[in-house]
Amino acid sequence: MIPPRFEYFAPATIDEAIQILDRFEGEAKVLAGGQSLLPVMKLRLAEPRALVDINRIPNLAFIREDAKSLRIGATTRTNDLNDSDLIHKRYPILSDAAYEIADPLVRNMGTVGGNVSHGDPANDLPACMIALGAIFHLRGPKGNRAIPAPEFYQDTFVTALAPNELLHEIEIPKAKAGQGNAYVKLEKRVGDFPIVGIAANLLIGSKGVIQAAGLALTAVGPTVLKAVEAERHLVGKAPDEAAFARASEIAKGIANPTSDLRGPAEYKKAMVGVLTRRALHRAADRARGGA
Amino acid sequence: MTVHGGIGQAIKRKEDARFVRGKGNYVDDVKLPGMLYLDIVRSPYAHARIRSINIEKAMKVPGVLAVVTGKDLAMANLAWMPTLMSDKQMVLPTDRVMYQAQEVAGVVAESRYAAADGVAAVEVDYDPLPVVVDPKKALEPDAPILRPDRKEQTNRIWHWEVGDREGTDKALKSSDVVVRENLYIPRILVSSIETCGCVASFDAMGKLTLWMTTQAPHAIRTVFAMVTGLPEQKIRIISPDLGGGFGGKVPVYPGYVLAVVAALKTGQPVKWIEDRSENLQADSFARDYHITAEIGATKDGKLTALRVKTIADHGYTDAAANPSKFPAGLFHIITGSYPFQKAHVEVDGVYTNKPPGGIAYRCSFRVTEAAFTIERMVDILAHKLGMDPAEFRMKNFIPSGAFPFKSVLGWTYDSGNYPAALRKAMDLIGYDALRKEQAEKRKQGELMGIGISSFTEIVGAGPSHTFDILGLKMFDSCEVRIHPTGKAIARFGTKSQGQGHETTYAQILAEELGLSSEDISVEEGDTDTAPYGLGTYASRSTPTAGAAAAIAARKIRDKGQKIAAHLLEVGPGDLEWKDHKFQVKGVPDKAKTMQEVAFAAYTNLPPGMEMGLEAVDYYDPPNMTYPFGSYICAVDIDKETGEVHIRRFVAVDDCGTIINPMIVDGQIHGGLTMGLAPALLEEIQYDENGNIQGGSFMDYLLPTAVETPKWETAKTTTPSPHHPLGAKGVGESATVGAPAAIVNAVVDALAHLGVTHIDIPMTPWKVWNILHQKGVA
Ligand SMILES: Cc1cc2nc3c(=O)[nH]c(=O)nc-3n(C[C@H](O)[C@H](O)[C@H](O)COP(=O)(O)OP(=O)(O)OC[C@H]3O[C@@H](n4cnc5c(N)ncnc54)[C@H](O)[C@@H]3O)c2cc1C
Repeated sequence: MIPPRFEYFAPATIDEAIQILDRFEGEAKVLAGGQSLLPVMKLRLAEPRALVDINRIPNLAFIREDAKSLRIGATTRTNDLNDSDLIHKRYPILSDAAYEIADPLVRNMGTVGGNVSHGDPANDLPACMIALGAIFHLRGPKGNRAIPAPEFYQDTFVTALAPNELLHEIEIPKAKAGQGNAYVKLEKRVGDFPIVGIAANLLIGSKGVIQAAGLALTAVGPTVLKAVEAERHLVGKAPDEAAFARASEIAKGIANPTSDLRGPAEYKKAMVGVLTRRALHRAADRARGGA
Repeated sequence: MTVHGGIGQAIKRKEDARFVRGKGNYVDDVKLPGMLYLDIVRSPYAHARIRSINIEKAMKVPGVLAVVTGKDLAMANLAWMPTLMSDKQMVLPTDRVMYQAQEVAGVVAESRYAAADGVAAVEVDYDPLPVVVDPKKALEPDAPILRPDRKEQTNRIWHWEVGDREGTDKALKSSDVVVRENLYIPRILVSSIETCGCVASFDAMGKLTLWMTTQAPHAIRTVFAMVTGLPEQKIRIISPDLGGGFGGKVPVYPGYVLAVVAALKTGQPVKWIEDRSENLQADSFARDYHITAEIGATKDGKLTALRVKTIADHGYTDAAANPSKFPAGLFHIITGSYPFQKAHVEVDGVYTNKPPGGIAYRCSFRVTEAAFTIERMVDILAHKLGMDPAEFRMKNFIPSGAFPFKSVLGWTYDSGNYPAALRKAMDLIGYDALRKEQAEKRKQGELMGIGISSFTEIVGAGPSHTFDILGLKMFDSCEVRIHPTGKAIARFGTKSQGQGHETTYAQILAEELGLSSEDISVEEGDTDTAPYGLGTYASRSTPTAGAAAAIAARKIRDKGQKIAAHLLEVGPGDLEWKDHKFQVKGVPDKAKTMQEVAFAAYTNLPPGMEMGLEAVDYYDPPNMTYPFGSYICAVDIDKETGEVHIRRFVAVDDCGTIINPMIVDGQIHGGLTMGLAPALLEEIQYDENGNIQGGSFMDYLLPTAVETPKWETAKTTTPSPHHPLGAKGVGESATVGAPAAIVNAVVDALAHLGVTHIDIPMTPWKVWNILHQKGVA
C-alpha cells in the first residue's frame, strides 16, 4: 500500500497548475483532497509521474450566492457543504448528499471539485449537480470552457476534462421560490458508497403544478444518469403520488446497474423506483416549505 | 471493610491512562538502530504452479538488500512449518501457491518504501491450476486433489463424529415434529485495529528477541525453538501492547518467520508490519461452516433429539487455533441450554484454495457456530409448533436444580440458571407489550420482529485431559512478589489485548491480599520475565490465570499468617483472615495488615523462616466454565428496501462472580457489536477463480456507531462452583450469543409469510428478495 515514486508540485495559481499539467502531457494528475486519487495510487492502479496539488491556490475554496447563481469553488471541502447555512436552507440536496458521503475524516479532506471531477458513477455529488442544472467551469492552456454537468460525464472515470485542464468553479442556478430538492441514498453501512442514490429537484409554481424537474441517478450505470424522460413526465403535473410513482417507473427503466458487493442488479433497479418516489416526495415537501 | 479496587468494583482501567494519551507501546513503535524492513510478494492466483521467480530487477532497486524465496527456506528446512492441528503450512512456497494473496517471497530493504518498490519488481511466472472454492465440490470424486503431499489422496482432511447415531435417528423418527434447516455461517475476519507484525533482532551472542503481535508468547517461543532448532533460552518473545487480538493473533503467520530469517540473513534487525489489505486477504479467517441441522420435539413442545452435519471449510491447510482434542473444537456444546436425550454431530474438515481457517474469532473454538445453530433451530421449531419462542425455551431449559449437568454429548456444565436470565431479559424489554405491538403492526402490514437467544458458552480452556497445544497443557500462571513496603508486582502467562488484565488481575490480588489495587503492578507478555502460560484467547484468562492469581495470593496469605502470628505473639491457629487483615479470632483490634506482614517478611521473621514474600501458581482448571445469557432483540424492517433496523437489544449475561462490572460491560458491548457485524454486514466471498471479493475496508464493512443500537445490559450471577472466585470467562459471550438473536428477530418479522431462515449477513437485498417473492415488496 505504498505508491511508487512521483514528483510533487504545489503551484500558487491556476495558470501555473495548468502549465505543469500541460508539461507532463497527461502523466500528471491534479491532487485535490486525495481521497479518491491516493487510494488508487497506493494500490498502484494509477501511477502518475507527478501530482499537482491545488490546495495552496488562493481563492479556490468558497460558497457564495450572487444575483444569478450559487458558486462553489473547486477546493471547497465536502464538509463545508454540511457546515453552510446557505446550503442547508436553499440547496438542501447538497447537504443531504454531503452528510452521507464517507465519514467526517474523508469529508474534511475531500473536495467538491474532486468529487465531481473523478467520474466515479458511485460518487454522490454528480447526480445532485445534474439535478440542480449545474455548469462546470474548466480552464486549460487554451482558456475557459463552461460545460453543463450532464455533458461532463462520458463514461466510467471518463469526463470532458482534458488532462491539462482544471475544474475551478461549479455554478448552480440560484434557488427560486417554490423550489425544493433532496438527495436520498441507500447504503449498506454508513459511510459507504451508495447502493443507489437519487437526486431530485422540483420547481412548483404558484398554481401547485411542477414547472421544472431535475432527476438523476447514482451508481446504476456507467456514469451518473440524468432521467430525462422522467423529468419530462413530471413537468406540468401536480406533485402527487400518482405523478411520482409514474416518474419512478420511468426512471427505473433507464437504470442499468451491475451486480456487485452492493447488491444484485435486480435489487438496485427496484430501489431506483423506491428511492425516486421518496426523493420526489421529500423535494416536494421542501418546495412547500417543509424540512 | 473493602479494599480499594477489590473484586466487584467498577474502577477505571489502569492501562487506559497510557492508551488514551497515545502512550501505548505497540510492535510498530519498536525502533532499533540499523533496522531493516520486510515486505512481501503475494500471489495473484488462488492456485498456480510457480514456474520461476526472478529477483534480478528487485535486487537492483536502490535500498533493497535481500530477497528470500521458498528455495532459500527449503535449504534450511524452513519452507514448511507445523500447524496446531498436526497439519503443515507453507512459510514460502517452493512450487505451488494455494490461495490468493499467499506469501511468495520476502523483500528486505533499508526503508519501507524501497521494500515496496522491491516487491513490485520481483517477477514471478505462474502457471494457473484449477481452483477449488466450494468445499462441497471439493468432496466430489473428480475434484482436483489440493494436497498431493498427503498420504490420503482426498480433500477431506478429517471426519469426526460424536454422539449416538442410531439412537438419534430413532428419536427423530419417533418425534411428533421435526424441522430441518441448512445454515451457513460465512467466512469472516478478525479486524483488529492493529494488524499483525514483528521486529526480529539477534544480539552478538545469537540470542533472538522477537517483538511480536501474539496472544500466546510462551507457547510461540517453545514452538519456535522446536521448529528452528534454536535453544529456547536464546529466544525471547515480547508481546507488547496489542491493539486487539480476538483469535487472529494466535497463529504463526509466514511473515513472522520470514522476518526472523531475514534478520539472520542480514545480521540486522528486521521489522515486518502487515498492511490492512494483507491482513484482510491473507491472515487466517474464522467460521465458514456449512451446517445442516435437524431437531425434534413432541407435539406438546418437549425437545427430543438433535442431529447436525457440517462441512467445515479450512482453506488449504488445517491451521485451526484449536487446542482441544476434538477436530471441530467445542462444537458439541451444540445441545446448548437444553437437556436433549439424544444427539449426534458429524463434521468433515475440507481443503479449498483459500487461506487457512479456523480462527476462533472471539469464540472458544466453534462455540459461536454451535450456539447459532441451536438457538436458530429451537426458534424454528417453536414457530413450527405455533408456540411462543420464549415459552418454548422456558419449557425446555435445563432446570436450575440440575447442575452440575452432564450433557448428552459429554460436557459437564458447572452451573446455570437459564430461566432466571430469560425472565430478566423479558421483563427489561417488555416482552409481552412488544408481542402485542407486533400483532397490531402485522395487521397494518408493518414488519416487526422479536428474537431471543438463550445461549450457553463453554470457556476457560482448559483441563489438561481435554486440551493441549502440541502437547503443552492448557494451564496458566501467576507469580506474585510483595515488596517490603507492601506494594506488589504480579506477572502472568496470559497476554491482554484490550481485556484490561492490568486492572482485573490487580483487583483479584487486592481482594485476596488486602492491598490497594493501585499498589499492584501487573506484567505480561515477556517470555524472559513472565511465568509460563498458554496465553489469552477463548475467554480463558479469568478462568485460568485469574484462578492462579487467587491461589498464589492465598499461598502468600498462608506464609503471611505465620509472620503475623509471630508479630502478634500468638499461634498461627489463633488468627483468621478477616476484613482483609490477619486478626486474632474474636479480637478485631488485635490485627496485622498485609503491609505490616510484608515489611516483617524482609526484616523480622520467625526463626528459621525463609526471607521474602512471594508465590507462584500454575493452575490446571478442573473443568471448563459455562457462562450463559439471554438476549432479546426487536427489529423493524423497511418493507420497501429490505433494510433491518435494530430497535432494541437487551442482553442479560451471567459470567459468575464479576470482578469489574465496567470492564464486563465493555466486553459485552464490544462483543455484541462483533455479533451484529456478521449478522448484518460482514462476509468474505470468493469468485469461482478464488479471487477474494472485498479484501479491503471499502467492501468488508465493519459496523460503526450508527449501525450499533444502544445495548441494554443486565446481569444475573450464578458463580462457578469450581473456580476459586466463582468467576467465569466473559470476553466472548456476546459475540457467541448475539447473531442468533438478530436472525431470530428478522425471521420472526417474516414468519407469517412462511419464512424459516435467512443466511447471514442479512443484507437488505436478501430480505428484499424474500419480500419480493412473497409479493410484499
Ligand atoms: C472511505 C471512503 C469512502 C468514500 N465514500 C464516498 C461516498 O459515499 N460518496 C462519494 O461521493 N464519495 C465517496 N468517497 C470519495 C470522496 O468523496 C472523495 O473525496 C472524492 O471522490 C474525490 O475528491 P478529492 O478532493 O478527494 O479528489 P482527489 O482524490 O484529489 O482527486 C480525484 C480525481 O479528480 C481529479 N481532480 C480533483 N480535483 C480536480 C479539479 N479541481 N480539476 C480537475 N481534476 C480534479 C484528480 O486528478 C483525480 O483524478 C469516499 C472516499 C473514501 C476514501
